[in-house]
Amino acid sequence: MTPTEALLADDPLWLIILKVVVIFAFLMVMTLFMIWFERRVVGRMQQRPGPNRVGPFGLLQSLADGLKLAFKEDIMPAMADRGVYILAPIISAITAFAAFSVIPIGGEVSIFGEHTVLQVTDLPVGVLVVLAASSLGVYGIVLSGWASGSPYPLLGALRSAAQVISYEIALGLSIVAVVLYSGSLSTADIVAAQSRQWWFVFLLFPSFAVFCVSMVGETNRAPFDLPEAESELVGGFHTEYSSLKFALFFLAEYVNMVTVSAMATTLFLGGWHAPWPLGGGVLDRGWWGPVWFIGKLLAFLFVFVWLRGTLPRMRYDQFMALGWKVLVPGSLVWIVLVSGARALRGSAVTPGEILVVGGFLLVILLVVAFLLPQRQPEERTHEVRTAGSDYPLPPLDLVVPPPPPRRTAVGAGVSTAAASGPDGSTNGGQPARQEEGHGTT
Amino acid sequence: MTGGAVSIGEAIAFWILGPLALAGGLAMVFARKAVHSALWLAQTMLCLGALYMVQQAPFLGFVQIIVYTGAIVMLFLFVVMLVGNESVDSVIEVLRGQRVAAALAGIGLAVLLVSMLGRAFAGVTAVGLLKINSTGGGNVANLGRLLYTDYLFPFELTSALLMTAAVGAMVFTFTERTKEGRLTQRERVEARIRGGRPSPLPGPGVFATMNSVATPALLPDGSVAPESLSELLESTDRDRLDVDVRSVVSAGAEPDARALRGPVSSAAADQEGQE
Repeated sequence: MTPTEALLADDPLWLIILKVVVIFAFLMVMTLFMIWFERRVVGRMQQRPGPNRVGPFGLLQSLADGLKLAFKEDIMPAMADRGVYILAPIISAITAFAAFSVIPIGGEVSIFGEHTVLQVTDLPVGVLVVLAASSLGVYGIVLSGWASGSPYPLLGALRSAAQVISYEIALGLSIVAVVLYSGSLSTADIVAAQSRQWWFVFLLFPSFAVFCVSMVGETNRAPFDLPEAESELVGGFHTEYSSLKFALFFLAEYVNMVTVSAMATTLFLGGWHAPWPLGGGVLDRGWWGPVWFIGKLLAFLFVFVWLRGTLPRMRYDQFMALGWKVLVPGSLVWIVLVSGARALRGSAVTPGEILVVGGFLLVILLVVAFLLPQRQPEERTHEVRTAGSDYPLPPLDLVVPPPPPRRTAVGAGVSTAAASGPDGSTNGGQPARQEEGHGTT
Repeated sequence: MTGGAVSIGEAIAFWILGPLALAGGLAMVFARKAVHSALWLAQTMLCLGALYMVQQAPFLGFVQIIVYTGAIVMLFLFVVMLVGNESVDSVIEVLRGQRVAAALAGIGLAVLLVSMLGRAFAGVTAVGLLKINSTGGGNVANLGRLLYTDYLFPFELTSALLMTAAVGAMVFTFTERTKEGRLTQRERVEARIRGGRPSPLPGPGVFATMNSVATPALLPDGSVAPESLSELLESTDRDRLDVDVRSVVSAGAEPDARALRGPVSSAAADQEGQE
């Protein structure tokens, strides 16, 4: 049993309830804050003020919007499957909140004389809890699309679910290297391992990069917001939802964003520990933990908003190709490298031997690369000229063709053509007088 | 705690989760809609996962939730959703003797399960996971060590089997659509530019006198542009269009040269007027 588990094991019931309530309130407040923050930051990036009327700096805008949403009419489509229609947003919201229970927000503190850790629970498989919660969250998406009884939500739900499932694979693979280095699946142990050595963002940067890309894909956020695509689709899986049920989906999306950011903080940025020069000092224990944690969390959330304000949406096939052909194989190769490095470090191989063998392999690789016959560029004279893209361009020596000679004869079939002027214009039914007028101008 | 002693917490969890799992299984069989069936199955899987966790196998529990509930039942849901709400099971026996074989296999499976469970209840003494979980790095580390030492060969064999199944499914799915059959974007552009008509086909005629798509567009010299008419219309029997034509031909003005057909007979026009 780890020290964290030991500290958590003797928590009295009131403390557990207190922690759960505080986490719930924290996530609700973070959601309200994030909506405001996103609108303000995107506004700033687009040279406009953003919401600034309700409360100081418009801070209460999302609260007002939330209240308005709650009092709207709750519409259920006639074709909807009643039970499942109600169940779907509930699943979405609950799984989003449940994932946060294993995130360590701070170290050892004393609450009303009770020594504990700022974490609801610490399981030996803590990382899997987050993955399980997100894989159950897909049910909310899929069921909402199906239960709405209309084709657009169904298609949106399928897209969304395909996206979440494929990016979950890359997400899971990017965690493997972290688990190898920390030797545990427990989130508290991973944070502790990073306080002993370097943060994993430096040690395992490729894993961090894969995790960051796939966490954006996992939460259906821009530039991977294909299922919703406000400017193209109606709204994806929640098209038919209104009022509080829609609010639950909205809540789940933002809570998921906070959760994956918290996960990235925990796995790669040292969790609640202070950054390097302050590590281990007085600023690195007790109630300072949540301060550092929330600071890192906000940095990730800002990146989410930044991405949305900057990048255009990806095409669906490009997005899937990125996930399956780049992130997943890249992660696998990286895991092999990391495992190999760890196996070598444990064995009696000296660094000199590694360098010699590695250099030898490199030479072989280079020789093979040079010996391979170069592929000749295809002759493309017969093709339509393009400028890098696949679209045709006009030739460079394009001359504007001379205007065709005006028609003198008029085809048969139009009876009024005989009335046209002596210049033989083909104005069809125009009276001859106007025709002459045109002729003079 | 090596024997069969059950703590109070475990008993409570069992008496909540067990009936829920059983109800999920029964409801899966008896549910009318296929999607509901899949959902009940998901409930059973979730309850099983929670039961594993209660019995001190947290890794197995969460893997059960991730793999079975999150991936496999989700795939069922995908298929069932796409099949549609109203699809009914076919009662026609496609394979000869299928029902008899299925019944025999079902009975065999039931006998196997009952005998196994009976042996497990009667002959095997429970060891409990507490001892193995508290030594040598805990549940996950011990599982990993076993998988990569004693059970390495079965583990790799299973993964090879699954890989073969996945690749086989892909091969069966994608035989029709090979890369050669499809035109690339470049080839399509070239076909269009060099095909004689880079622009889209002309639309139908102006709707000043007729609002039928059968009205052809006129070229600048007044002749009919044959490409403006849909091939579908050309191949449609003339009398199938009669009703449409009659409904749009007004009784008053005489149709001109741009109209689809000549002067309407006065009897038909009168009939139109009465209607």
